[in-house]
Amino acid sequence: MKEKGWKECLWGGLIVDAGNSVLYKTGDWRSQRPIRDEQKCTDCLQCWIMCPDAAIKVKDGKIVGIDYDYCKGCGICCKVCPFDAIEMKEEGEK
Amino acid sequence: MSTVKVITGNHAASFGARDSRAEVIAAYPITPQTQIVELLSEFCADGTLKAKFIKVESEHSAMAACIGASAAGVRAYTATSAHGLALMHEMLHWAANGRHPVVMANVNRAMGPPWSIWTDQNDSLAQRDTGWLQFYCESNQEVYDTTMIAFKACEQVLLPGMLVLDAFILSHTYEPVEMPDQELIDEFLPPFDPPYKMDLDDARAFGALTTPEWYMELRYLIQEAHEKALVTVREVEKEFGETFGRYYGTLELYRCDDAEEVILIAGSTASTAKDAVDIMRKGGRKIGLARIKLFRPFPNEEIRDIASRVNKMIVIDRNVSFGNQGIFFNEIKASLYSAKNRPPVYGFVAGLGGRDMKIDDITGIVEQADTCDIEEILWWGVKL
Repeated sequence: MKEKGWKECLWGGLIVDAGNSVLYKTGDWRSQRPIRDEQKCTDCLQCWIMCPDAAIKVKDGKIVGIDYDYCKGCGICCKVCPFDAIEMKEEGEK
Repeated sequence: MSTVKVITGNHAASFGARDSRAEVIAAYPITPQTQIVELLSEFCADGTLKAKFIKVESEHSAMAACIGASAAGVRAYTATSAHGLALMHEMLHWAANGRHPVVMANVNRAMGPPWSIWTDQNDSLAQRDTGWLQFYCESNQEVYDTTMIAFKACEQVLLPGMLVLDAFILSHTYEPVEMPDQELIDEFLPPFDPPYKMDLDDARAFGALTTPEWYMELRYLIQEAHEKALVTVREVEKEFGETFGRYYGTLELYRCDDAEEVILIAGSTASTAKDAVDIMRKGGRKIGLARIKLFRPFPNEEIRDIASRVNKMIVIDRNVSFGNQGIFFNEIKASLYSAKNRPPVYGFVAGLGGRDMKIDDITGIVEQADTCDIEEILWWGVKL
């Protein structure tokens, strides 16, 4: 498929459809990935409070995972965790 | 019924904005422009013009308010001069890059220091690369007419336009100005209706962050719009001429049919130079004049066309690009580089800071071009 060209672009940085920022997966920016250790985690939710991108997924008061579509890998969750339950790993590392 | 009023160039601009039915006017006063917005504020206050007049704390804010109004789908107008225009610089880019067809009158005034209020073209020409259309006017009538021409053309291509008039020589000098019937003007210039508007009930994002993957495409759209604008301005000028009987064109030719040499000039000095051409013609010189009405987009083809028919071109610049030469001189030579017939082009810097440009100055420049070295950067009339 041919990629969109200048003729198909709207001028002036105009975005016609509202609420489209959800389509922009800012997780692409991440160079380090937070890994949560379920054994150490006590569901204290400090990470959920501090995460600037609302990327800590919580259900019924329990952490159920990290939303890597929007986690930018800032590492705040790792820093604030009182139980060392979150570790930052380089992207691409196993 | 059309009416004729004897008014200043400034008031011709105000009446032009009134009759174009500007809907938002945001402005900050500066000599020699102040009268333009002063009269417009009176029109807004007495209900003659149904527009919102926004008083702001600086020219930067004036342009920002106009951009906001234009984004909301409203016809926006302002006026400024010299240092005020320089203060707007950031917002000039924003207006053009955001594709908001604001129209503004700029009264050409020399930049300080030394403090000056008199005319030269460095203020507007310094804004060359902001993406604005630039129209240089020769008479008060042309200031009035060009306001409507600029609105119509600019709104079609979604680019902002600056009409330029000389400080005092036009801004404060009275001339008769014919104003057509409002109904005819409304027919010529329908209300502004852009495809996308800033509207709370129909949200859109304007000027969003654009990554390197797409920035160039958006820049190319502006270049395309400028190329289209050259055609659009000509069409609008033609339609204006057919409707109201006055035609200016993008490069106005005066006595050029059999000319062997031609003067290139912009602004009100062109009318003095036309008189000089008449006098030199009587003395046997086959000389003509080409007046640069539209500077951006630049009428390259017309410049190349007149160049192909003459043996010599003499450019008179009421401006200078320090460290190089006159700005029109530079632009004209760039335009000719790819031309097959390229006559010698002589450039003169003259009339800076409002120094009078009389008929003798024009004939003197033409005579000096007979003998001077083409490599020289010539400053006409500098005291030795």
